[in-house]
Amino acid sequence: MAVMRPETSPGSDLDAELLLTMYRHMVRARVLDERMWVLNRQGRAPFVISCQGHEAAQVGMAMALKPGYDWIAPYYRDLALTLVLGMTPRDHLLALLARAADPNSGGRQMPAHYGYRPLNIITGGSPVATQVLHAAGAALASRVRGEDAVAYTSLGEGSTSEGDFHEGLNFAAVHQLPLICVVENNGFAISVPWSKQGHTKDVADRALGYGMPGVIVDGLDPVASYHVMTEAVARARRGEGPTLIEAKVARLTPHSSDDDDRPYKTREAVAEEKAKDCVLRFRRILEERGVLSPGDAEEIRAQCMREVDRAQEEAENSPLPSPDSLHLHVYGDQ
Amino acid sequence: MAVRTYIEAIREGMRDEMRRDPRVIVLGEDVGVKGGVFKATEGLHAEFGEMRVIDTPLAESAIVGVAIGAAINGLRPIAEIQFQDFILPAVDQIISEAAKIRYRSNNGFSVPMVVRAPFGGGVHGALYHSQSLEAMFCHIPGLKVVVPSTPQDAKGLLRAAIRDPDPVLFFEHKRCYRLIRGEVPDGEYTVPLGRAEVRREGRDIAVFTYGLMTHFCLEAAESLSRDGFACEVVDLRSLRPLDRATIVASARKCGKVLCVQEANLAVSVMSEVAAIVAEDCFEYLDAPVRRLGGPEVPGVPFSPPLEEAYMLNTTKIEAALRDLAAY
Repeated sequence: MAVMRPETSPGSDLDAELLLTMYRHMVRARVLDERMWVLNRQGRAPFVISCQGHEAAQVGMAMALKPGYDWIAPYYRDLALTLVLGMTPRDHLLALLARAADPNSGGRQMPAHYGYRPLNIITGGSPVATQVLHAAGAALASRVRGEDAVAYTSLGEGSTSEGDFHEGLNFAAVHQLPLICVVENNGFAISVPWSKQGHTKDVADRALGYGMPGVIVDGLDPVASYHVMTEAVARARRGEGPTLIEAKVARLTPHSSDDDDRPYKTREAVAEEKAKDCVLRFRRILEERGVLSPGDAEEIRAQCMREVDRAQEEAENSPLPSPDSLHLHVYGDQ
Repeated sequence: MAVRTYIEAIREGMRDEMRRDPRVIVLGEDVGVKGGVFKATEGLHAEFGEMRVIDTPLAESAIVGVAIGAAINGLRPIAEIQFQDFILPAVDQIISEAAKIRYRSNNGFSVPMVVRAPFGGGVHGALYHSQSLEAMFCHIPGLKVVVPSTPQDAKGLLRAAIRDPDPVLFFEHKRCYRLIRGEVPDGEYTVPLGRAEVRREGRDIAVFTYGLMTHFCLEAAESLSRDGFACEVVDLRSLRPLDRATIVASARKCGKVLCVQEANLAVSVMSEVAAIVAEDCFEYLDAPVRRLGGPEVPGVPFSPPLEEAYMLNTTKIEAALRDLAAY
């Protein structure tokens, strides 16, 4: 068993409508993410953590899943993933502004702690990698009931240093569970580079130790991401066990709105990542292939802006939680 | 009514719930073919198969974390931690995850899961097979903590815990497993969580306790009764939530209170019980609240004289009761 590095062939074999759908999802996530930063810098939102640079991987992967059927245990950068699965900019802005109607947590958690029951998006906390075990458990339950639902989990490359990553992948491999674990490797865990997290060249090398396929994909390419995920999902549904996917992505922002990346990231490295911005790159590819015109691209962006404008207005007009609700939902039999 | 040991009652509780509800699964180390190191799950693998009785890798965080995920996706898992001493790698999953999932999702998700673990000393298990760590979990809103002392309660409380909509830590005193026998009702019954049981009625001293110490306290109370002192022995059974009403009623009735636990006393279950008595019973007290517990040392030592010095017994409890009676 060796780590697989599939050839990247952007857009080569998917129909135009699917490619355009991918592009729309990427732009929608980017526009929403940028809006969140604006709200933060205006002092209207205390905290933002970003998916910028991860959109291609997340959109490609999410489009290979069955929303509301498969089980999703995401992490804090998965804004684009959750949007593709069916959450909305309004949902996320309600969370950003800590409103009572926030469907993730009713304003109880920090933003980007995703969780949405109708879509089987399992609530996440702040300790990292704990969700890998929840995904393994969800996969186990689906199998006990004889269903072919798969469980998807994702985390950053730094989080793979946690014990729960190891325990989860090992458990899933031993029991051949339908689990797909995606590591979105953007090179930095806040300020610490991969070289100080692991002594393997790639994160996916670790798959060999668990006896499961490891796949490395260009996470700046939504089509390649879609293909590797489709393959992993098909294997899992057939009962052929888990897969570890490493998506090489870029982090186009500091870790969060509270971080300053200048002490640990050179301006040249930042410029290099921005030059490879996955949204711009995919736009160029689609334009070159004649799938998208410059006018279409502007119209897509304008549509997304209008949707986010509306969502922001609705979120800002939505009430904050009542202090009386502090004690609700500690137990189910209260 | 049939007579059962404490561990037989636990085994039957799991078996009966698994027969009743196909969502109930058991997972843990050695719980399958071997039936657990204490034999609590003996026979379950043969009856329900390896899909529902799962030998896991030796990884406690995974046992609990996988149980959480399975509970979220519709099952009713019973996770066995082989010894309570080894639960610590799973504490992040228990406290950061299980306890908070309902609250942090605004009632979107819940974790109907039981974590079973044997605790307690007096079995030559030394530092890492003897601890009583229940207090650290009792501090956490979102968790329920149960410690049965009799076979009847062990079965009934376990069945209630399995049916409970939230995570329940079910701690079984390992010395009770084969030492304690008792009648268990025929047929299906549950014992509700959150209610203490008055094991012996009295009017002179209220004794609050749980687990193995319940039996020692009952023996000590019997001894005092021969000298005309009537002790009321209250088995807390449920450590979170505590049955405040029963604690207050017994303390007010007796006017003297002895709190007895095997664990060391600092920031413990009996710290909370003593605080409840201080808050709600001040005008009724005839003596300061007394507490009797384990010493403030990191664990139960192996060598017999050290273990004996660590552990409470009937003689030590009786001495504390006589001292309080004379106050």
